[in-house]
Amino acid sequence: MPYSAQAEAADRYDLPLSAIEELSLTSGILPVRYKKNQKIFSIRQQLTLFKSTVAVIGCGGLGGYIIEELARLGIGRIIAIDPDVFEEHNLNRQILCTHELLGEKKVTGAVQRVAKINPAVRLQPISEEFNSNNGPEILDGADIAADALDSIPARLQLAGICEQLGIPLVHGAIAGWFGHVASQLPGEKTVQKIYAREGAEKGIETSMGNPSFTPAVIASIEVAEIVKILLGVGTPLRNSYLTVDLYHLEINKIPLKED
Amino acid sequence: MRITVRLFANFRMDRFKEEIREYPPTLTVGEIVSELGIPEPEVGIIFINGRNASLETSLGEGDTLSLFPLVGGG
Repeated sequence: MPYSAQAEAADRYDLPLSAIEELSLTSGILPVRYKKNQKIFSIRQQLTLFKSTVAVIGCGGLGGYIIEELARLGIGRIIAIDPDVFEEHNLNRQILCTHELLGEKKVTGAVQRVAKINPAVRLQPISEEFNSNNGPEILDGADIAADALDSIPARLQLAGICEQLGIPLVHGAIAGWFGHVASQLPGEKTVQKIYAREGAEKGIETSMGNPSFTPAVIASIEVAEIVKILLGVGTPLRNSYLTVDLYHLEINKIPLKED
Repeated sequence: MRITVRLFANFRMDRFKEEIREYPPTLTVGEIVSELGIPEPEVGIIFINGRNASLETSLGEGDTLSLFPLVGGG
């Protein structure tokens, strides 16, 4: 079904595009935009993705790419959380950041980008700092959370809330040429093991910064993990973490054993 | 005592990837980190023989120490 037919149906029946997309997928009719997904996802799986809600905590380097890829994939609902506005030094890597949006909220960038690339996706912007107080309410109804934060204490709070709510968490972090990813299902303590050292707030990103390519790589691995967990396919990265070293070009999957 | 030291990511820059190094007995991870000139706040995951350890953990003859930097950016 081409987009023009979806838009026409939405107009004729006075329904949101999201409703038309769900009806279409439920009836076994694939919107044309997903044609190149067809070889790896069945229509039923595409419907599962559309009926999923993913919370993306942080809309900067990692979060921008994660939102971009989730929207193109056809995740039906994305909750985007970030309290910040775009600044000029975000232009080197944050895909949602453009000259026009400098000074604007990052979540506004997410809304605009998703509306441009996949209008059937509902993006809920939350321009707040994520913490233990607002976290449970923000994550309520999410099937999975994507960690795209830039503070270690906030990441640990997110991991705790996901545990409490029984939501899977896909964690990613970057610094310079380096990054890592881990997926954590309820009951696992992977993020807590990665950040076991007490009192740490920031890592080597304070001295190394973040170029354009590292967030794109780490965010893409996070999205692949999200898709596998939502669909129950493949091998998610559990009880271990994947370190990606783009400088020495070395990728290691490191098991995190019980102490 | 001989310790195999494995360094990852930026810790490897201007140092080495893996070396068998000679140290006096009764040494902690923190002392090796300091000897290598790595700032302690930069240290993330520490493994001794594949198991989680801390800067205070003592090493023994033949141990393999792996050091990963703390990465927290987004």
